[in-house]
Amino acid sequence: MEFLQYTINGISIGAVYAIIALGYTMVYGIAKMLNFAHGDIIMVGAYISFSVTSYLHMSPYLSVLIAMVGCVVLGVLIEALAYRPLRGAPSLAVLITAIGASYFLQNAAQLIWGSDPKNFTSIVTFSPIKLFDGQVTITGEVLVTVVTCIVIMIGLVLFTEKTKIGKSMRAVSEDRDAAQLMGIHVNRTISVTFAIGSALAAIAGILLCSTVPTLQPTTGSMPGIRAFTAAVFGGIGSIPGAMLGGLVLGLVETFTKGYISTQFSDAVVFLVLIVVLLVKPAGLLGKNIQEKV
Amino acid sequence: MKKVFAFVMAACMAATMFVGCAPKKGGEEEARVIKVGTSGPLTGGNAMYGNAVANGLKLAFEEINAKGGLQFEVNAQDDEGDTEKAVNAYTTLRDWGMQIMAGPTTSAAAAATAAECASDRVFMMTPSASDVSVIAAGDNIFQICFTDPNQGIGSADYISQHNLGTAIGVIYDSSNPYSTGIYEKFQERAGEIGLNVVAVEAFTEDNKADLTTQVTKCQAAGCDLIFLPIYAAEATQVLTYADKIGYTPKFFGCDGLDGILAVEGFDPALAEGVMLLTPFDATATDEKTQNFVKNYTEKFGIAPNQFAADAYDVAYVIAAACEAGKVTPDMTAEQICDILVEQVLSMSFDGLTGEGMQWSEDGAVSKEPKAVKIENGVYVGIE
Repeated sequence: MEFLQYTINGISIGAVYAIIALGYTMVYGIAKMLNFAHGDIIMVGAYISFSVTSYLHMSPYLSVLIAMVGCVVLGVLIEALAYRPLRGAPSLAVLITAIGASYFLQNAAQLIWGSDPKNFTSIVTFSPIKLFDGQVTITGEVLVTVVTCIVIMIGLVLFTEKTKIGKSMRAVSEDRDAAQLMGIHVNRTISVTFAIGSALAAIAGILLCSTVPTLQPTTGSMPGIRAFTAAVFGGIGSIPGAMLGGLVLGLVETFTKGYISTQFSDAVVFLVLIVVLLVKPAGLLGKNIQEKV
Repeated sequence: MKKVFAFVMAACMAATMFVGCAPKKGGEEEARVIKVGTSGPLTGGNAMYGNAVANGLKLAFEEINAKGGLQFEVNAQDDEGDTEKAVNAYTTLRDWGMQIMAGPTTSAAAAATAAECASDRVFMMTPSASDVSVIAAGDNIFQICFTDPNQGIGSADYISQHNLGTAIGVIYDSSNPYSTGIYEKFQERAGEIGLNVVAVEAFTEDNKADLTTQVTKCQAAGCDLIFLPIYAAEATQVLTYADKIGYTPKFFGCDGLDGILAVEGFDPALAEGVMLLTPFDATATDEKTQNFVKNYTEKFGIAPNQFAADAYDVAYVIAAACEAGKVTPDMTAEQICDILVEQVLSMSFDGLTGEGMQWSEDGAVSKEPKAVKIENGVYVGIE
């Protein structure tokens, strides 16, 4: 029975990692940069939702929309102000800027919402499903998270395969200069990528805090780093890879805690990651592109 | 252009060399007040503790100053509970002219500051840093709170004496000295007195975002009491998840749980029945506690927790020791330190957090713990 419960818990946290990882992987695939502020956009999304429901007493579902809009604006602004001017700069400079943006968001959140942890009220209202005489519980949050995760992944795959802007994203991802020569507006494409990534971050933030209620300015940073790990694990740049990576990471983490030790769970998780990357350096579903000289 | 720039930079650097040389004013000459410093996490996840300490000190010294006699000034610096920032805060306070240290709030920060206080001979009494390494730093370092080992032993004894649980689970933060310190002694004591500890689960600073597995494991092990030597923010996660899966063991915590009712957005109904060991009970009916609670609530708009009460007591201990040892504001920190150490070792102090408190040579306090239970959203004292 515990095995089933651990699996459910693992899938639940893994699905949250997967949604965050999708944001990392899209931005990396298209803009070729690691957006370390992504984890903090998650936190801002959760705070917006918290404020809208707790202070303005609006419906939790409406708060999801408002948080998404807020995060899209924030993500596009950060891209335009902090990353776009560095488009031609060495990738290290962009990386440092992203870390700076991350700290900026954390401290800004501390100024606006204060440093006391808030307890996030779950947006999911329907009651948990009990199986086997209550020995296994599937909470409403788990169902919503998993369904959302699958819908988002399918949606993103269709979007990048079928729509015009999605195709231009793939083109920019493959060769930015050639795409520009073909008349694709590179800056606009990257902005759209950031907008989508940030909207996903808002959803991820709300789902994360619905499962784990503590909300504080650093809430997004550790899940962000783990999701980044998941994205690398699954093969960064690959959309199904991010999803697979997130789920595997969540499951490995939960099973380690459940069957090996809660004390050493991180050590085991990251050991697995190292071993996988040694065997498959491009990640589980990553494409191993040969550099032609 | 580059040369001009280089010259300006060099000039700036040269100028900063003299910054520290400004003649010392204030501190010694026109001193009319004794300068008391403190540091704690005034921002960050544990800010409720740091702010409670700073507020408690401010309130107490205002009352003391209003009585006339020796006058005190308090300066509270933010250390975010971090060792490096705590040392920076200490340096800032020393530059300000601090003569007595009434802090820091958290254990890791306090251990770092204690080393500085010990080598500089600055008297230090921490309201709430309960790790033993803090007072081990020197003979001039004191605690007014229980040490972590004492909390662990006290909790185990209390649970055993009152038959609270037959199968006990522990969830603790293995990356935190406070939590680990309590857990280790609890475990040791539990073995001695035959408490049945069936599950010990840990989390760390880095993976505390998901505590569901820890709770599931306690449930699977059949625990009917979970001991939580952790802080309130993480405890709310445990309580919320246990409630979601319909798992209802008893919960027992230490002073770190104090403040759980102040977590914004947290449904106090979930904390119903949680027991904690704390030296301070805001619902106590004695006049001293009631006045303190009333004045504190009026001034800061929030009810005081144990940290505020501890800090309040520290202020009165310092004032009483200064009075008895005839400390004057023009003394140096070292002179004051020697007097206060002597006074504190010989005094018996009645405060909010205990009657007849006495200190031993190693800096630990002896007083009785009180257990409280949360009922209808407030603390209620229990036997």
